[in-house]
Amino acid sequence: MDAEPLRTDRVITDGAANLISRVEELAYELTIAEVMSRDPRAIAPGTKMGEVMETFREARISGAPVVANGELVGIVSLEDLIRALRESNIQAPVGEYMTRMVLTVKAHSPLIEALKVFEQRHVGRLPVVDDDNRLVGIITKGDITSGVMRALQYDYQEEEVRKYRARHLFEDIVSDRTSLTLRYKIAHGAFAQGGNASSHIKRALLRLGASPQIARRCGIAIYEAEMNLIIHATNGGMIRIEIEPHRILMEAIDDGPGIYDVEQAMQPGYSTAPDSIRELGFGAGMGLKNIQRCVDDMYIDSTPGRGTRLELRINMPPQESLGDAARKTGTTEERDDHTTNHRR
Amino acid sequence: MKLTELIQLIDGAVLTRGADLNRDVRGGCGADLMSDVLAYSQPDAVLLTGLCTSQVVRTAMMADVAAIIFVRDKQPTEEMIQLANREQIPLISSPHGMFEVCGRLHNAGLQSLEHAYDEG
Repeated sequence: MDAEPLRTDRVITDGAANLISRVEELAYELTIAEVMSRDPRAIAPGTKMGEVMETFREARISGAPVVANGELVGIVSLEDLIRALRESNIQAPVGEYMTRMVLTVKAHSPLIEALKVFEQRHVGRLPVVDDDNRLVGIITKGDITSGVMRALQYDYQEEEVRKYRARHLFEDIVSDRTSLTLRYKIAHGAFAQGGNASSHIKRALLRLGASPQIARRCGIAIYEAEMNLIIHATNGGMIRIEIEPHRILMEAIDDGPGIYDVEQAMQPGYSTAPDSIRELGFGAGMGLKNIQRCVDDMYIDSTPGRGTRLELRINMPPQESLGDAARKTGTTEERDDHTTNHRR
Repeated sequence: MKLTELIQLIDGAVLTRGADLNRDVRGGCGADLMSDVLAYSQPDAVLLTGLCTSQVVRTAMMADVAAIIFVRDKQPTEEMIQLANREQIPLISSPHGMFEVCGRLHNAGLQSLEHAYDEG
């Protein structure tokens, strides 16, 4: 996929500038060995150009190092192949068409060394050698891009650490019954923020070790409830989540206007939402029904003029309870033995 | 089907950065009503939609959508793109209409990940 051409009039934000300098740093921090493709498909000089074509097609590559007796002797690329084709000479050995003056880079050099060569010499790929000049890999611009991307995903690892910590929360704190309560204020009409609280809640559940299915059910239910508060609650409202290892209790509370006929509000298609809400993709009268589908228990307590309290419960079966790290990372036998680990 | 293949099939343009475009997608779901997506889509579906608001990205997060395809060349706002980048949900824009995009993908073997309507 081609990148969009850089526009010179683009304003670079602080965030983008930080990202750019991080990428520059990475060019010095990462070594070529960390980024290159290992075990490149080496081709013998006697191989016919026609076979090279097949190899390229199969492996979906556009070039390969040529190795004789363990030593790098050249590199053969699509361009060489095209030359052979043009001269109707695909029976010729690789040695006849390959490039002999091969530029190489050292495996332990920083990435910037490879970038410099790419920039100055306009080559598509560079063989990577160790200190004894033995071929250990091959590097392309694509390898550099994906290597840098991987490194930028460092944030992802941080997320793993957070998950690890959160998962142990329930074991680290000793009480007869431990629960974690999250509260979010939801403002009336704050459509731009709609879904913010739900995103935080879903992420929290995943960090605490909830299964993707449980997190998805909670996320969908609470997102619909959050949108309801934004759309309907005159003075906004509050979302309160109480998490226990075996149960998630979710409440959406507001002080008005209240639902006149709860049964009618539960009917699919019944809605009091204005068109402006429908334009956002909501307000089709499916919210409460959707919520009900996602949870194990749902109660609505509403008084017109006074407000509404929506209470939702999701119960986790023992094998899906939160925070039980020993079971989650354990072997199959341990997993089967969940009843002894499970606390209530 | 790989996301990269899917993008080619619909002449799509990728608007986000960093997300893994080599991932496999299991199927698709088409809707403009986000409640429909929340109610009837299965996890890991690509979402085809003509709606272009932040709520689409939020909905995708909640419903574990694999990628969002805006049909008829709808262009998401910078805010939506930033949100999608943060959440690693690829945003793709296709010049074709909803029916055309659904048809192309279905023809190419992408299955439906929409639940049928149920009264429950």
